[in-house]
Amino acid sequence: MAKAAARKTAPAASPSVERRPALAGRSTTAASVKVEVLPPAERVSLRAPEASVAALSKALGVTLPNKPKTAAANGGRTALWLGPDEWLVIDEADNDPLADCAKVSALHSAVGVSHRNIAISVTGAGAAAAINAGCPQDLSLDAFPVGAASRTILGKTEIVLLRTGNDAFRVECWRSFSDYVFTLLSEGSRDAAV
Amino acid sequence: MLLIRCPYCEEERPELEFRNAGEAHIARSANMAGESDDDFEKFFFIRSNPKGIIYERWRHMHGCARFFNAVRDTVTDKFVMTYKAGEPKPTKLPKNSNEVVAK
Amino acid sequence: MSGAFRIPGAGRFSQAKTARFSFDGQSYAGIEGDTLASALLANGVHLVGRSFKYHRPRGILSAGAEEPNALVEIRRDAARKTPNVRATVQELYDGLDAQSQNRWPSLSFDLGAVSDIASPLLSAGFYYKTFMWPKAAWKTLYEPKIRAAAGLGVSPDQPDPDHYSSRYAHCDVLVLGGGAAGIAAALAAAETGVRVILADEQAEFGGSLRFESGAKIDGQDGFAWAQAAVAKLAAMDNVRVLSRTTAFGYYAQNFIGLVERVSEHLRTPGHDLARERLWQVRAKRVVLASGAIERHMVFADNDRPGIMLAGAARTYLNHYGVAVGRNVGVYTANDSAYAAAIDLKKAGVNVAAIVDLRDNPTGPVIDEARALGIEINFGRAVIRAGGKLRVSSMTVQPKNGGGERTIAVDAILMSAGWTPSVHLFSQSRGKVAFNDETKRFVPGTYAQDCVSVGACNGTDGLSATVDEAYAAGVRAAKDAGAKAAKSSKPKVDASESWSRGMLGAAPGAGPDTTVKAFVDFQNDVTAKDIRQAVHEGMRSIEHVKRFTTNGMATDQGKTSNMHGLAIAAEVLGKPIPEVGLTTFRAPYTPVTFGAIVSHARGPLFDPTRRTAIHPWAEAQGAVFEDVGQWKRAWYFPKAGEDMHAAVDRECVAVRKTAGLFDASTLGKIEVVGPDAAKFMELLYTNPWEKLEPGRCRYGIMLREDGFIYDDGVVGRLAPDRFHVTTTTGGAPRVMNHMEDYLQTEFPHLNVWLTSITEQWAVIAVQGPKSRDIIAPLLEGIDMSDEALPHMSVREGKICGVPTRLFRMSFTGERGFEVNVPADYGQAVWEALWAEGQKHGAAAYGTEAMHVLRAEKGYIIVGQDTDGTVTPNDAGLDWAVGKKKPDFVGIRGLTRPDLVAKGRKQLVGLKTRDPKVVLEEGAQIVEDPKQAIPMKMIGHVTSSYWSENCGRSIALALVAGGRDRMGETLYVPMPNGVIEVEVTGMVFFDETGGRLNG
Repeated sequence: MAKAAARKTAPAASPSVERRPALAGRSTTAASVKVEVLPPAERVSLRAPEASVAALSKALGVTLPNKPKTAAANGGRTALWLGPDEWLVIDEADNDPLADCAKVSALHSAVGVSHRNIAISVTGAGAAAAINAGCPQDLSLDAFPVGAASRTILGKTEIVLLRTGNDAFRVECWRSFSDYVFTLLSEGSRDAAV
Repeated sequence: MLLIRCPYCEEERPELEFRNAGEAHIARSANMAGESDDDFEKFFFIRSNPKGIIYERWRHMHGCARFFNAVRDTVTDKFVMTYKAGEPKPTKLPKNSNEVVAK
Repeated sequence: MSGAFRIPGAGRFSQAKTARFSFDGQSYAGIEGDTLASALLANGVHLVGRSFKYHRPRGILSAGAEEPNALVEIRRDAARKTPNVRATVQELYDGLDAQSQNRWPSLSFDLGAVSDIASPLLSAGFYYKTFMWPKAAWKTLYEPKIRAAAGLGVSPDQPDPDHYSSRYAHCDVLVLGGGAAGIAAALAAAETGVRVILADEQAEFGGSLRFESGAKIDGQDGFAWAQAAVAKLAAMDNVRVLSRTTAFGYYAQNFIGLVERVSEHLRTPGHDLARERLWQVRAKRVVLASGAIERHMVFADNDRPGIMLAGAARTYLNHYGVAVGRNVGVYTANDSAYAAAIDLKKAGVNVAAIVDLRDNPTGPVIDEARALGIEINFGRAVIRAGGKLRVSSMTVQPKNGGGERTIAVDAILMSAGWTPSVHLFSQSRGKVAFNDETKRFVPGTYAQDCVSVGACNGTDGLSATVDEAYAAGVRAAKDAGAKAAKSSKPKVDASESWSRGMLGAAPGAGPDTTVKAFVDFQNDVTAKDIRQAVHEGMRSIEHVKRFTTNGMATDQGKTSNMHGLAIAAEVLGKPIPEVGLTTFRAPYTPVTFGAIVSHARGPLFDPTRRTAIHPWAEAQGAVFEDVGQWKRAWYFPKAGEDMHAAVDRECVAVRKTAGLFDASTLGKIEVVGPDAAKFMELLYTNPWEKLEPGRCRYGIMLREDGFIYDDGVVGRLAPDRFHVTTTTGGAPRVMNHMEDYLQTEFPHLNVWLTSITEQWAVIAVQGPKSRDIIAPLLEGIDMSDEALPHMSVREGKICGVPTRLFRMSFTGERGFEVNVPADYGQAVWEALWAEGQKHGAAAYGTEAMHVLRAEKGYIIVGQDTDGTVTPNDAGLDWAVGKKKPDFVGIRGLTRPDLVAKGRKQLVGLKTRDPKVVLEEGAQIVEDPKQAIPMKMIGHVTSSYWSENCGRSIALALVAGGRDRMGETLYVPMPNGVIEVEVTGMVFFDETGGRLNG
């Protein structure tokens, strides 16, 4: 059998394929809540011992938070504390956080998960109530202030929740759960409005 | 639904975020292959089932994802304390202060 | 307009709008604000149902959630039929349609009432004693008949069109009960600024202020004060006020379940309005202000329609403006019934007589009743009620015997005293204590951070109640972290007060065995039944309860438990606390399944996971199968094809040219860190240290007991980076298993695990033409056999996007798995599909995938293994590193039973008749002629028609299977015995040459 030669470049007939995010553009608006699928972002699941945190923070341009249930943001990049050696880094400025981590020689694990997650924003006066339709955490501003972040539960799925404003949250979930999460948040927003 | 204090998240969180992982402080032998049948039986099959204080492993599965240990009273279902994985089995337990008596 | 028994000037709804409703087809008028019960009573309707066991005519006993009798079916439309709705709770709306239950053919003439006449046959423990034999008849004959005869309403037979919502909420102070006590506690807590939730089951707050005419707080009528106070609370940012909301369960650590009836009172619930909302509240402190429930008097025929609790009659008068009769009698053992008699008398209702079991009580209400000219009889009992469908008389006798006197009445108001509602306290695992002086159980030892106030705490009198509740509110807020606030404690200017009463049967309750003096109305339990239970040997109240079913109906014995207990104690000759109180369990009142399920219906019942390539498969007409939560393309039928034809075609295409398969659901874990290989050595049976970057290996994961847990191909991307795949179903548990060992047994290893299942869409391209299909789209990867041999992995680009290209095969053909970031999955699939079309490639689904791998004898963990299969059993000993000092399962593998002879081993089976396809799960025997039960030596794990082999193929676990090659075994089936030959597991391309074909 003839051996297929390796190609150094992709043929002109097949240019770069387009990205097709799940639920792209979906949104729903209730009286006091808007639920909206956010545009794609770059994401890294970052794991590192304490000794590497400074070097990674420097490379990423955002100080990795070391306090539970917190996040830090800088220049369109947000680092969410998920566990004692775990952060979710989200870049919404079209930069490549994975490449930034690759430059760091200090011990760490950086794995690209840009396509693993979908982000949904929940905003409005009833935002917390809508999320509380399925999330058992206390989302009062005292318990979950602006900038708070946590992996938690929404109904029967796992989410990562980030509070971006008094009445604004970012909900991250895995791609295949996004339909469920969006639907549950929509139901929650419908109920929160009344 | 219980509230469980995660020693890594440093706060109480709803039980839905957690998963029980069986009895704690059962050490896996460093020389596993050389274990006798009796020792392997004790390690793998035998578990205590006390009425009262039990030492358990839990995982903050849908939170920080860490495994940790907990002391729980099987009679009242109350958590006496939780502590990080790898920390020694506590020898002294804090007094359960949750009981309040009607005035 | 709204009923002949509506009294002008009475009640609080004089300005309200008329609401028309129907009951058993008859039209009536009520007013908005009515309950169904008050509206029926306003129209003089007392007969509303038939009892559970004896089919006795029943009326309305209460004005609240404790109602045992007035259960009706509410019909909104064909799908909205709700049985067992308490008429005393259901709010009236215009157009409400209610039906009585448990009667045939009609409410007033019920054939089932024959069981009342035959009641000596239906005594306590009847079910246990009667239907013992023959055993089979219980299921086929007795139970259906009894259920039909003794049913409580009919379940709807259509899907529920309403929607239900749920909400988690947190607060500092949760106040349960919105009477004077609850409102005072909520006010106190709210003033400090802490988060307060105040809930009450009624449409209007006020509790007993709804009927008390003598209460004055802060200079206002009690009820008016309550409305103003609640309005003030509702306006505060830190307070949530929930009416029509029942706290049904008190769970661990101050976790309370509440159901809010959001639109049950509306004629047309809006689109966005849930029918009910489930609140799951976590409170730092709970204030229980659940009040007290009045008890009835236990005397002969005390269940006749028109006989009701005195407080209820007073509620109907003072709140709803309804007189429950024109000529009422009163039977009481405490003061509170006097207040009812006085209010009714003042409203123009004739009070025929008050019969008071007490000898010579004194007090202001007695004086007032006497002053109003009401006849009062002390030391006497009502020994019998007359009438059938409606009470017509009461027969009075001195309580120690003597001459009888019958007084004509059309209603009897009764009160044996008030039982503190300790349900929620008891559910919180608090222990009640019996107060011998007041003869009631009150909260004793608390188990949670809660406090009881007011009537549920045994506190008598409005002034004491408000003082206690306000102080408790302040304290609860303080305990929850509040700072002190300016006090504005409500001032009680006037109040009513009563206490005491009696427990158990009054003189008119027997001992005559034919007397029906009801203790538990809903389950038709009489005083005689309780006595009989004790006589038959029941000693514990828990046994008495189960033997008689006292307190076991849907009202949970709110009116009956204390009477039943007192009767049992009397017969046993023991003090009440020694007989004990049965356990209060959630729910406090029945909760709909809808509320419990709330959002989790339809698409939200369980997440449905779809791959990035799903839309393409759907557009192609793929048939999907459920694999865990995933939808996977099962097969891709072309026009006119059935499943077999489609699968055969797909299988042939893969081996002839190529096939494309969506493998995205496979679990994927990235293992990263300098100790990655060391970790892999410990978690898998195989050796990994020497696997070169760029190469793959089939890995087997065991549990510590030596049995196969999972398997999958693992690629080493770099010295410190592995791309691990798992089975689809095993992905979460494998991740958990790996994390467990990493965190708790091997925490010294510098390695981390990240789930990348959903990061990568995976397109398997398998078959002789697979390379030709991929190559034109690929960039930066040499696909020659030298550069990319079987079981290797490379990173590069395909269609201009990043890929991890695995050369691997689950079909036995030359094969590749193209991993691309998920959002590119469909576009890359489409590009590969376009290339594939040039070569005649087919898309194939999971069924073809199963057949193709079985043709090659590749196992599927969970199908060919069941948690008791070792690598050796599965013929995979080669994958166990013999020189490794340790891995999870190493010791388990050497357990005596795991190395014993005769273990079931995985082998191939060929049926003698190649056209016969075995059934998966079928049992295998050596001798089909042996006596039943036969000795089963194994079972079929996988079985398919293989178009490529031109015959059926199967895999099976057979005892000592590998020593039986060529042996004939038998598979007995209902339609005959199937003869099979034991073979090797590889049915196609035994030499494996096609991997490079």
